Order: sequence, then structure tokens, then C-alpha cells
Amino acid sequence: MLLKNTYNEFIKIVAKPRSYLGFGALTLLIAIIIFAMKADGETIVSFITASFEQTLSFNGKLVNGNLIAFIILQMLVVHIPLLVALVTGDLISGEAAMGTVRMLATKPISRTQIVLSKFIAGAIYTLLLTVWLGFLSLFVSHLVFGAGDLIVLNSDGLVILQEADILWRFGLGFCVAFLSLLTVATLSICLSAFAENSVGPIVSTMAIIILFTIIGSLDVTVFDTIKPYLFTTHMASWRSFFEDPVPYDSIIQSIVVLLVHIVVLIGITLYKFNKKDITS
Amino acid sequence: MFVNIYVNHPFGTIHVLICLIIMEKQAIIKVENLAKKFGSFEAVKDVSFTVNKGDVFGFLGPNGAGKSTTIRCLLSLISPDKGTVELFGQSLAKNRADILKNIGSIIEKPDFYKYLSAQKNLEIFARISGANVSAKDIAEMLDFVGLGNRAKHKVKGFSHGMKQRLGIAQTLLHKPELIILDEPTTGLDPQGIVEIRNLILRLKNEQNKTILLSSHQLSEIELIANRMVIINQGKSVVEGDVSSLLNSEETLVRIELNDVEKGKSVIREKLNVSTITQISGNELEVNISKKRVPELCKALIDADLEIHAIEPKRKLEDYFMKIIQA
Repeated sequence: MLLKNTYNEFIKIVAKPRSYLGFGALTLLIAIIIFAMKADGETIVSFITASFEQTLSFNGKLVNGNLIAFIILQMLVVHIPLLVALVTGDLISGEAAMGTVRMLATKPISRTQIVLSKFIAGAIYTLLLTVWLGFLSLFVSHLVFGAGDLIVLNSDGLVILQEADILWRFGLGFCVAFLSLLTVATLSICLSAFAENSVGPIVSTMAIIILFTIIGSLDVTVFDTIKPYLFTTHMASWRSFFEDPVPYDSIIQSIVVLLVHIVVLIGITLYKFNKKDITS
Repeated sequence: MFVNIYVNHPFGTIHVLICLIIMEKQAIIKVENLAKKFGSFEAVKDVSFTVNKGDVFGFLGPNGAGKSTTIRCLLSLISPDKGTVELFGQSLAKNRADILKNIGSIIEKPDFYKYLSAQKNLEIFARISGANVSAKDIAEMLDFVGLGNRAKHKVKGFSHGMKQRLGIAQTLLHKPELIILDEPTTGLDPQGIVEIRNLILRLKNEQNKTILLSSHQLSEIELIANRMVIINQGKSVVEGDVSSLLNSEETLVRIELNDVEKGKSVIREKLNVSTITQISGNELEVNISKKRVPELCKALIDADLEIHAIEPKRKLEDYFMKIIQA
């Protein structure tokens, strides 16, 4: 029954126009970034490298597909949660708003299976969106700009990664980015179980992300104890794969925090949905 | 059932064991002392009733009486605070999935995924109905409810009546034993109401389905239900056979005849009935028990009066109002 309903959920996601909004928005944004970098990329990069030119000499093509993919990922990972929440925030509350939750809950499928099938379908959607982001940023950028070494500027300085040493970093980076987005998807599904319309969970998800991000960026001692437990602190851990050496301990810690968030949020959703009186 | 009989005989007591086969009606729904609160509001206080196999069971009550809450408790949409719900002899709390496989329902109004076609909607609900429903079954069901030519059309373009028919299709698709219809004729035009009524009668007569029907259309209930319960302010007030309950009451009979004055005096003298109301130049209304209606007709005919029409008027409606006001 779980698989059958997961298939049902996926059919519903595929049939909803809003599901394509994320893919459309990503395509448009990436096209704009690629166009901008094609037009003015050298100037933008020269601003970054200018401060190092007294000590370093840069040879070769700095504005290449790898750099563009990295920039795209860096810029969009902040915005993709909204695109994910647009679909996943509607999964339970949308059924309540339409009245179809009544029809679903009178079928011989348990409420736990209803929630889990929605979570699986939401996870598949999030994965597809991440894959689409990966395809556009990596494949299209390489087509337009070609390959090359990657220069990454981080807090410790400039990291130069060899062309042959980059693809696996992107692969694992996208996996952690997917886990971050899955946490957002689970949060919006959880909020969706408390609401009777889809606007509330979508707005609330974004409000929580903004609030946690602000708390995470405030350099205030009182927040230092909670910062490691906020999922937003770990949403950018995909970037750690572009450090040399890769800080695996900190990445694993981030993965554990994100997984704990996912499990706890699913638990809350199951408890709420199982106890809920369906009166809509 | 086995019965032990002891017969005294000169040679001693003879023990006779007799096996009796008693045809008892199987209870499909058994609700006992159901109660449900929402915050401090008691939606259902004490509702009990039994629906037997093959019944078309009328579930009546004014707005806010607790009908929808009770029906939602039957379908596990709402958890009752007190009382028990048994369906097919099993506890709903313990065997929810097995029970729901045998139930088809429409609660208030059928809601579907508007962005999907009628066929896709039925496929979605069939997939989780617990039965093997083929594409052919879906096509046949859409034909059955008169939506065969709209199978591929999105539900967002459907009228209320069409959605109601699609709701009926969804209800019957997995061939359930019990059908629960909460206000199935709400918002339908007269033709739609007649269609639903005929459909319910067909389900009862041709397929011997058990049907629980909640409706404000008392005339509909009177026409198709064999048993009923009336609930008011969260409590069940009356339960029984529709005909027995109504026959025990006086019926308001409308008579259209050629001489109203003569008619009035005949009814007063011959039947000793005093509650007679003249409602027009050739119409009377008489309060009389149903058993005495033949006597009334005979008295009028014997008095050489021409009877142009005689009909019971708002029988269930009057009974319902009397129960609710009491």
C-alpha cells in the first residue's frame, strides 16, 4: 500500500503546474547567470584575483565551467528551499484545502503510510530538482565555458583545485546539498500537517530558514550554544568538499545533524497526522 | 442455537436437544454510546444505533445534531472520546484497514483532484481501495454514472452534479458491502436528486447493499429507507422501522372533494374526528391514523361524495418536527 500511494503521490506532483515552477525558475536563473558570466565573467573574476596578483601569477582559463558551476551552486542553494517548499508544503495541507484528505483517510491505508508516501514522493521531487540543478550548472556550464582548474576563495584563503580533482567534489557536494534540501522538504511537510492551506507552511518554512540563518550569522555569544544544532548552520556544508584537505569530520557531523532533523520532523508529522481529527 | 428440553416421563426424565436455526439479522454497523467533544463543545453526547445487513438506513437530525461527526467517527476520520463503533462485527479501532476495504463513502461533498481527469482520480482511489480494480472496471463505472464521455476531462470543469456522480463511482468502484452517503443530494437539481434516489434503490434491490443515508431530504428518506434513527443535540432520540414509526402516528391527509361542507360533517359524524381544516374551496386536511384511512374513504364514498384526490401530507416531516421539538 505504501508503494501504491507513493506512486499516487508522484502522479499528483507531476500533474500540478506548481511542480514545474521550480524547474522553470532554476533554468531561467542559471541561464541568466551563465549569460552574465559570459558577458562579464573575466572582469568579475579579476576583482577576486587582483589582491593575489602581486604574489601569484594566474595562467590558463579562470572563468571555466567548474567555476561557473560552483558560483551557481553557491548562489542558488540559498533560494532553492523556497522552490522545494512550494511543492512539499502543499503535500498534506493541499489535500486538506481541497477536501481530498477526507477521501484518502477513509481508504484502507494507514495515516502513517499516507505521511510516509508523501515524504518519499517529496524526497524524489527534491532529488530531481537537485539533479536538474547539477545538470544545468555542470553540464551546460562546461558546454559554454569548457573545463579548467577551479579557484575557490574561502575564509582561509585561495584554494586551487586541479581539473581532474573536481568532479567527485561536485558529486558529493550535490549529495549533501540534497540532504539539506530534504531537511527543508521535511520541515515544510511537517508544517503542512498542522495547516489547512498551503500558503501557511510555505511561508512558515521560509520564515524559519530566514530566522535560523540570521541567528547563525549573528556573532552573539548567547547563540553560540544553539548554532551547531540549527539545520541552517549545516546547509552550506556541501562547500566543505571544495576545501583542501576535505574536513570529513565536520561534514559527517553536519550530515548527522541534518538526518536527526529529518527523523524528528517525520516523527512530529506522524504524531500530528495520526492524532488529527479530520473535520474539513 | 441449541435448546435443552427436559420432558418428565414415567420411566424418568428424557433430555431432548433441539437445534434451532434462527435467522437473525446481521448487524453491519453497531454504534453504542458514542460521544465526541471539540474543546468544550459536545458535538455528540450519546448516540447509539444499529444498521442491519441489507438496510437502507436513514440517518436524520437537524443541522448541528451531530450527524456528520458520527459519520466521521464511523469512517475513522474522527476519534470518539467515548463509546464503541463496530462494523461487520469488528472493532473499528482494532481492524480499521480490513473494515474500510468494505466501505464506500461520500462525506458531505465529493472532493477530487481538480487538476486530474475523472479517470485518473478513480485510478488514484482504486489503487488504495484494497481491491483489484482494472482499467475496464473504471471505464464501466464511469459509464454507469453517465460520465463515460468525460473520462479524460479534468475535474475542475465538472459541475456539482457531475462531481457527485463521480463521487458515487468512487464509492462503488471497489464493490463495497456498506455504502455511507452523507447528504448525497445536497446542491443537486431535481433530476440529479431523482438519479441518486434511483441509484440507491438499484444498489439495494439489485446488489443487496447496506446503505447508511444521511439527508435533509426527508421525503427521500421516506421513499427509500426501511429503517432510521433521528438524532438531536448529539443524542439518538428514536430508532426503528420507518413504516412502524410513521404508522403509529396520526397522518395528515389531504382530501380534494366536490362538497367540502358535507365532507366535513361526514368525517365528524362517521369517524368521530374533530381535527379537520378546510384549506381551499374543495380541499380538506384531516389528522387521522393511517389505519383509519380506508374507513375514511369508505365513509366519503357511502355519502355519495366525489373524491378527486386523497394523499398523505408531509408525513415524515411532521414526525421529524414533532420528535425534534419534543
